[in-house]
Amino acid sequence: MRNIDCVAVRQKVAALIERCLIEPDGAVTEKLENISDAPLATFAAKLIAENNRIAKEKRVFACQDTGQALLIVRLGDEAYCPGLFHALEDAVRTAYSPARKSVADPLTRLNTKDNTPPIIETELVPGDALEISFLAKGAGSENMAKLYMLKPADGEDGIISSVVDAVNLGGRNACPPLVVGVGIGGVAETACMLSKRALLRPIGSFSPREDVARLEKIALEKVNALGIGVAAFGGSNTALAVNIEVAPTHIGMLPVAVNLQCHSLRHGTVTL
Amino acid sequence: MTTKKLFLPLDAAKIKELREGDAVSLYGTVYTARDQAHKRIAAAIKAGEKLPFDLSGAAIYYCGPTPSNGNIIGACGPTTSGRMDAYTPLLIENGLSVMIGKGVRSAEVVSSIKAHGAIYLTAIGGAAALYQSKVISCELVAYPDLGCEAVYKLEIEDFPAVVGVV
Repeated sequence: MRNIDCVAVRQKVAALIERCLIEPDGAVTEKLENISDAPLATFAAKLIAENNRIAKEKRVFACQDTGQALLIVRLGDEAYCPGLFHALEDAVRTAYSPARKSVADPLTRLNTKDNTPPIIETELVPGDALEISFLAKGAGSENMAKLYMLKPADGEDGIISSVVDAVNLGGRNACPPLVVGVGIGGVAETACMLSKRALLRPIGSFSPREDVARLEKIALEKVNALGIGVAAFGGSNTALAVNIEVAPTHIGMLPVAVNLQCHSLRHGTVTL
Repeated sequence: MTTKKLFLPLDAAKIKELREGDAVSLYGTVYTARDQAHKRIAAAIKAGEKLPFDLSGAAIYYCGPTPSNGNIIGACGPTTSGRMDAYTPLLIENGLSVMIGKGVRSAEVVSSIKAHGAIYLTAIGGAAALYQSKVISCELVAYPDLGCEAVYKLEIEDFPAVVGVV
């Protein structure tokens, strides 16, 4: 067993969160700078690119909705990290201390006042490494997530129309241009988790599976034909990417989850 | 593309000159209010209690900023307007004239805006650092216990938006 120091985990994860909240994915900013579309959409794209430059230069938050921290922990089965839970919670508490306190009880709406608890998803993987991914997801885009429990007979057409439906229903509120994460397979929560994992994949990348990559291309084309556009001002740049992740499912099921990611794509990964 | 300068508060005649899709640059006073502040303002109207600010002709910015951290205000982009739809017609009936936020409004809100000569302006979602640079003063007005959801009075200049519903 490899022993991993939880103090190092806390420092690395806190530094990752601090950087991500100020600097959204540079690939998105680059795309925004080069968008030439309907006049209002181009106007908005330039302002968002300017926003990201201001945030980086002045070291201020790119978006006021600094989200509820999502941490995806991939723990090697030959790694051992005593104190990991508190290290992650402390990292979130520290990194979010200058950020907005956006976490509340679902019924009383009383704020926890330190942005804890984070959402921690763990995966057991072979090996002795510990890998932690962070994603800050704002309410505006997360509220637009959809789960479709399709029938196997619905097939690829059903998958594509689910993706288009979710973007058509929620895309205008989710701060486009979007990255659309799609999870297909497993049980209900597998599909939802996969749709989040899909958001972590670099924009412009495609699934290594040819059939899945083909679906990604078709879905992107159809989503961009909706005409929602940058900041919902019209045009052909509703989404920058549709990323699909798949897992085997039951013979009687076809779960499809669609998660919309705003342009403020704040994510990163550290490995220990 | 031309951008029209708008000075808040807006009078009815000025609102009538505007068309959906017009790019505007805002100057003047806005009050921040989002989910929980709306809930309290609506309850205060129903109970006949004093409101935290005069709604008549007022502009509300749907926004919950980050802490100021030594600046005038923190990052302060617009939040999703649709979450305020349940309260908005009541506020418009009580004088609210200008709403600034992001995203789409319900059919009921759209008809209330049109019936009362109010206006909904769409700001650019996720441009919070940019909007932070457009705020020249910020004063806490009400509900400090709500944290980022408290009501703040902001003076803004050269604040970009687009006419969404008029």
